[in-house]
Amino acid sequence: MRQSLRRFLDSDVWHSFRSSPTAMAAAVIAFICLFCALFANVVAPHNPFDLATLELGDSRLPPAWIEGGRSKYLLGTDDQGRDILSALMYGSRISLFVGLASVLLSMMIGVSLGLLSGFAGGHVDAFIMRVCDVMLSFPSILIALLIDGVGRALFPNAHDTLAFAVLIIAISLTGWVQYARTVRGSTMVERHKEYVQAARVIGVAPLRIMRRHVLPNVMGPVMVLATIQVALAIITEATLSFLGVGVPPTSPSLGTLIRVGNDFLFSGEWWITIFPGAVLVLITLSVNLLGDWLRDALNPRLR
Amino acid sequence: MNFRLPLLAAALALACGASNAVTLRVANVGDVQSMDPHSLNETLQLSFTASIYEGLVTRAKDMALAPALATKWTQTSPTVWRFDLRKGVKFHDGTPFTADDVLFTFKRAAADGSDMKGYVAPIKDVRKVNDFTIDIETTMPFPILPDTLTTLGMMSEKWCVENKAERPVDRRKGIENTASFKANGTGPFRLKERQPGTRTVIVRNFNYWDKVESNVDEVVFTPIGNDATRVAALLSGEIDVMEPVPLQDIDRIKASGAFNVLQGPELRTIFLGMDQKRDELLSSSVKGKNPFKDKRVRQAFYQAIDIDAIKSRVMRNAAAPTALMVGPGVRGFMPDMNKRLPYDPEAAKKLLADAGYPNGFEVGMNCPNDRYVNDGPICQAVAANLARIGVKVNLQTETKVSYFPKILSRNTSFYLLGWTPSTVDSHDALLNLMATPTDKGQGQFNLGAYSNPKLDELTQKIQVETDDPKRNAMLREAFKLHQDDIGHIPLHQQALAWSSSKKVSLVQLPSNYMFFKWVVVK
Repeated sequence: MRQSLRRFLDSDVWHSFRSSPTAMAAAVIAFICLFCALFANVVAPHNPFDLATLELGDSRLPPAWIEGGRSKYLLGTDDQGRDILSALMYGSRISLFVGLASVLLSMMIGVSLGLLSGFAGGHVDAFIMRVCDVMLSFPSILIALLIDGVGRALFPNAHDTLAFAVLIIAISLTGWVQYARTVRGSTMVERHKEYVQAARVIGVAPLRIMRRHVLPNVMGPVMVLATIQVALAIITEATLSFLGVGVPPTSPSLGTLIRVGNDFLFSGEWWITIFPGAVLVLITLSVNLLGDWLRDALNPRLR
Repeated sequence: MNFRLPLLAAALALACGASNAVTLRVANVGDVQSMDPHSLNETLQLSFTASIYEGLVTRAKDMALAPALATKWTQTSPTVWRFDLRKGVKFHDGTPFTADDVLFTFKRAAADGSDMKGYVAPIKDVRKVNDFTIDIETTMPFPILPDTLTTLGMMSEKWCVENKAERPVDRRKGIENTASFKANGTGPFRLKERQPGTRTVIVRNFNYWDKVESNVDEVVFTPIGNDATRVAALLSGEIDVMEPVPLQDIDRIKASGAFNVLQGPELRTIFLGMDQKRDELLSSSVKGKNPFKDKRVRQAFYQAIDIDAIKSRVMRNAAAPTALMVGPGVRGFMPDMNKRLPYDPEAAKKLLADAGYPNGFEVGMNCPNDRYVNDGPICQAVAANLARIGVKVNLQTETKVSYFPKILSRNTSFYLLGWTPSTVDSHDALLNLMATPTDKGQGQFNLGAYSNPKLDELTQKIQVETDDPKRNAMLREAFKLHQDDIGHIPLHQQALAWSSSKKVSLVQLPSNYMFFKWVVVK
């Protein structure tokens, strides 16, 4: 354990992280967001998802430093009397959960199909890649809407849990193509290298070659892709919630908060939408910057 | 060179002609669901199709009855009405309008899929006397028959047969036909273009039988669901008229100086309904029984709702809390009975405990989010109120396109609905919302199937009673029964808010109908 930590601290990756202020700032912000989201029930001053505690009389209060604001609600309240600060923490918990889970799922689907496609070649490759082409020709939001609609039609009376499942499946089914394409390319390169040929000659089973020999060598670009996809997934979730097919309105995610706040832009109650918008930008930007940095750090040609 | 001059002149003339045409661009929060006037009994739908299809009777600017396709109507016996039809009226396709079309329309409105069954239910028979005279016989004396006929648009038999649209479009089952996308009425406007959910264009019918006040040649109707986008479209001049104005933006629009905001009380009552028929609710944690069958549960829900907070915070005071299913302005409204049960969460908790739910229960709730003023936020506030007495509401808010088919087929346990009696008479609310549902149109919008035989009996009697004091006494009794049973939970009457650029003059009816024939653009 200690040895592997030491090895990591001595590595080029850690060095490049320490010498990149952008990456460090992004990591700090991402960590704060993740921490607040994970421990929302401890950190947040209120629980905006507990409907019984909402005070409708306190709705649409401005942030504490503006006249009319109350110190109880640091960033003000929304139209239902939810504390914006707490809603942000609970909301980003949903956004991050959906984002991470869907990336994990799409990574699993994409990597296995890409590996199979690149390694097997021939008809299998052609078939999987045509499926990819078809998926690419649909806008991702459209596919997500379709899956959401089917999910709701199949289970009309299931609620929150189903909404999450549908969201995650919808987003990952549109995201896997990127992984499949990337992994297939790398696999086709690796397939002809000596170590794979050698493994083949001594009679290792193809599945085992794929898993033990090829997979570790194609994971670099996949990891980079994943960090970028987390941000994309959060935005897709926000869009779906914006369209009203995401999480229920009584437990708003970041996207729902932005949508609700959107209605109050003209009436001067800007805080209802600006703060959730800013947090979404922060999360997306920090994860993206981390992804960018990781890509550069892992790219041998840039060393 | 010579030939170019006349060409140029022609092009210029054409361009001038085009620019002289007056176009009115109207945006609403939702789309008109279908062009079929019998497919959905909903205000926006009826208001829009009323410019294309006319009834025998219509309403004037003061809501009084006015002749339309019938020039005169008289009662020849207590149950028989004679209507003299207007001569020389032509449908948009040129077919003359005759008594056969009226007979056909009544048949169509009573057919499967029709949402207007409630209006034709009291009618026993429609007889043709000659080409321009008909007799309508009702099952019982029915003094407000002309009022109910204002919403029934007359269709051409020939056109419907040719287009295989003899039966109404069924919104519940999602069955569409030509009448959904094309139209052929007698009205002052005819349909030019229909793109569901995107754009509907109607143009002036210059062969219209009457003089039209309006100078509008073309109305372009666009649904814009997002409040902020709709306001932005108005402020930037992209549209001329919008409805409804989001409550939070009324001050902003007024302050800009270039726009009028028309506000007025609406006849619509917003209320909550509960499934009182099924033995087990569709979506609830309570199994094997239906908690809403217990009056104490209904009362607990009623008293748990903080209506004043909803009025001041959600509705920004643009609502009048109500205890009745009809509002002021509707004939038969009883001001002295308009007293709500007090807001009292403690009493509500106790009622729930008495009913056997000391820890509350879970129930699904359906709610539209683009139909009524702040409908989604109202439901969220109700869910929060109910959480305080231990009831966990699983709220699903959705667009009316999916909402209405769902609740109209009664796939709901707990729902929000708004109702405007289109006859401007309390009987309409009794018949449609409170009477026990039958397949003949009675109780067609009583979606939770609340049932009280005494109220049904009174509804029948009120329908035939012509003596006002007697009728009012019976209405009083019926309202009392419904209030005591807590058949529904009335919330409030919402206020109307339209806005237009100052160039446009509009006539706002309390029924929220926007007749384009009265719109003048300066």
